[in-house]
Amino acid sequence: MRLSSCTLANGEVKDLVVENKVITSIEPASNKGDLDCSSLVLLPGFVDLHTHLREPGFEQSETVYTGSQAAASGGYTALFAMANTQPVADNAGTVTQVAELGESAGLVEVRPIGAITKGLEGKQLAALGSMFNSKARVRIFSDDGHCVSDAALMKTAMEYLQPLGGVVAQHAQEPTLTIGSQVNDGEISKITGLKGWPSSAEESIILRDALLSEQTGCRLHVCHVTSKLGVELIRWAKQRGFPVTAEVTPHHLVLTELEAKNYDTRFKVNPPLRTQQDTEALIEGLVDGTIDVIGTDHAPHASDAKQQQWDAAAFGMTGLEQAYQVAHKVLVQSGVSDWQRLAEVMSAQPAHIGGLDNHGKIEVGQEANLVLVDPSNTAQVEGNVYSKSSNNPYIGMEFASSVVHTMFRGSFSYKDGEVTK
Amino acid sequence: MRHLLSTEELDRSKAIEILDSASQISRLNEDTTRKFPTLQGKTVVTLFFEDSTRTRISFELAAKRLSADVINFSAGGSAVSKGENLKDTAQTLEALGADALVVRHSASGASYNLAHNGWTSAAIVNAGDGTNQHPTQALLDALSLRQGFQIEDGKGLEGKKVLIVGDILHSRVARSNLALLPTLGAEVEAVGPGSFSPGCKYANLDEALETKPDAIMMLRVQKERMNQPLIPSDKEYSRLWGLTEQRVRKVPNSLILHPGPMNRGLEISTYAAESENSLVLRQVKNGLAVRMAVLSMILGSKNETV
Repeated sequence: MRLSSCTLANGEVKDLVVENKVITSIEPASNKGDLDCSSLVLLPGFVDLHTHLREPGFEQSETVYTGSQAAASGGYTALFAMANTQPVADNAGTVTQVAELGESAGLVEVRPIGAITKGLEGKQLAALGSMFNSKARVRIFSDDGHCVSDAALMKTAMEYLQPLGGVVAQHAQEPTLTIGSQVNDGEISKITGLKGWPSSAEESIILRDALLSEQTGCRLHVCHVTSKLGVELIRWAKQRGFPVTAEVTPHHLVLTELEAKNYDTRFKVNPPLRTQQDTEALIEGLVDGTIDVIGTDHAPHASDAKQQQWDAAAFGMTGLEQAYQVAHKVLVQSGVSDWQRLAEVMSAQPAHIGGLDNHGKIEVGQEANLVLVDPSNTAQVEGNVYSKSSNNPYIGMEFASSVVHTMFRGSFSYKDGEVTK
Repeated sequence: MRHLLSTEELDRSKAIEILDSASQISRLNEDTTRKFPTLQGKTVVTLFFEDSTRTRISFELAAKRLSADVINFSAGGSAVSKGENLKDTAQTLEALGADALVVRHSASGASYNLAHNGWTSAAIVNAGDGTNQHPTQALLDALSLRQGFQIEDGKGLEGKKVLIVGDILHSRVARSNLALLPTLGAEVEAVGPGSFSPGCKYANLDEALETKPDAIMMLRVQKERMNQPLIPSDKEYSRLWGLTEQRVRKVPNSLILHPGPMNRGLEISTYAAESENSLVLRQVKNGLAVRMAVLSMILGSKNETV
């Protein structure tokens, strides 16, 4: 199959030939392809390091299949599924089951993340080695949703994973500072009377874990950084050469705490939305390389869990279907960065951190995991199309660009605005 | 006025309209046998997810004085304890024909959600939501202050200095007053130990009283809202921040308020509570008048749109 006249991230216009799942040649542009891509930008398929697929256990919110559909429609060709399922993905059996469900859905590569501690309880290590050695080949470990707050246990996990080359992905939240916390501790907690979630609860853990990564040599990935000071701490750790990478969510890039002023529970998320100053620092960090990836923290919830008074509503918002549009808005449309940086933070870097050699690159001989986007197609978000849940925080917002086709292992998983299976 | 959710929503003229109406009612209330036909045929539900005998009784009596049918719904022993959520409860009560829901809930914003999420078309009166708002309390405080200062109807609290003392962080009473009293022209300062009142300029109540406030509003120390103790001990609190007899004597002209129930000997001494400058019982009495005023305004204005 020949994709003709694709604009690459570096601005070159090329034809791409895909045969037997693989990119077999990249040639000068022509107009004789099987698919005319002359108005589209070709990027390596996106990779999400932070997805909640909810299966097994919470199939009313999402399944591996519906989450894969949402991902394909958002331009993703691989995702890492968080471990907070029921049962928890803290053993080889559960992670293997999730990986197999991903293969049978067949729309994106689903790579399970293993829990760091058994049952996400923060008390004893999960079967880290067994999950690493399982068929699911777990490379990233996280208790996401919970912080591994016990410093000694965190250090032990890092010591254990360091020789394997595993990555510890931490949800940074000092629990004693955030009991009952609901929104950013600041203007919004004053307006609403909702209990504040101070960013120091996040920053103190980022700093502690950065020091542990230096001491143990284990790779640390900081999930969903939200604050200016958090970005500065990561910048400092990287300057010292600590093995630290960091992630920002699409929502923390474009939404602020004030969204919560009317108690609309779609905007209840953990860690919380913060201030304009924080979003600016996050974008700056994303552009200058302090922050390595955009991870969605796609957190679908059934409507019952959200149609509640704020305190009782679930934390989390969906992101797979809009993450690219947000990335385009803050990096390309704004003019502060470019397509190449977008491809890095959405694809190359997350693939690299997660150890996915077959994603993140457009090269001859590489598996054809690709996305084609229309750089000028303004549309308003009406809601999620494929996710089973409707807790989409972008409803009503306009974005200037959208995903048109996604190719997974040489076949279209999403074509002309439709998921192919 | 469709709902009463927060004192933030009240502009000066609306606030004064409510106070004037309550003031009128409170004069008529001197005759305790008097009942008004205003809300005949209306159903008012007091929907209390948190225990509060005083506020519930006050609302119940207010609605009954206005001839409404009153249903008391409290979360204990109801469908809520069987797992029913707020939305279902509200829809159930609407299906039964409730015209107004008087809501007390531990979650900040619960009243806002009921008023704006399309779960019910009943009018909502916030009777306290989490640590957010308790608007009728602030209105009754304002009315008590206006009477205490002998300011006539139609006017605000211009030039009066009010000191709010205590757990500002966890107090919906403080938040409601911090919004309402300045709207009415008063100058308000919130003080207390740093863990109660972040950024407070004073080390103890004596220093704060140097500002010679016209009124002192003592807040209840709400142990039930703290995850862990925010003060070293009751003894230290009372020593540094309690309204003791000695302190009352230093400011003989200041009015004294407390929303109740009081922790006597902790934040307020019996001497202060029972001194002639104390408005505590007047606050309770005005609570009834304010709630009658609010219920008639809300259910009245709904009538006009029918």
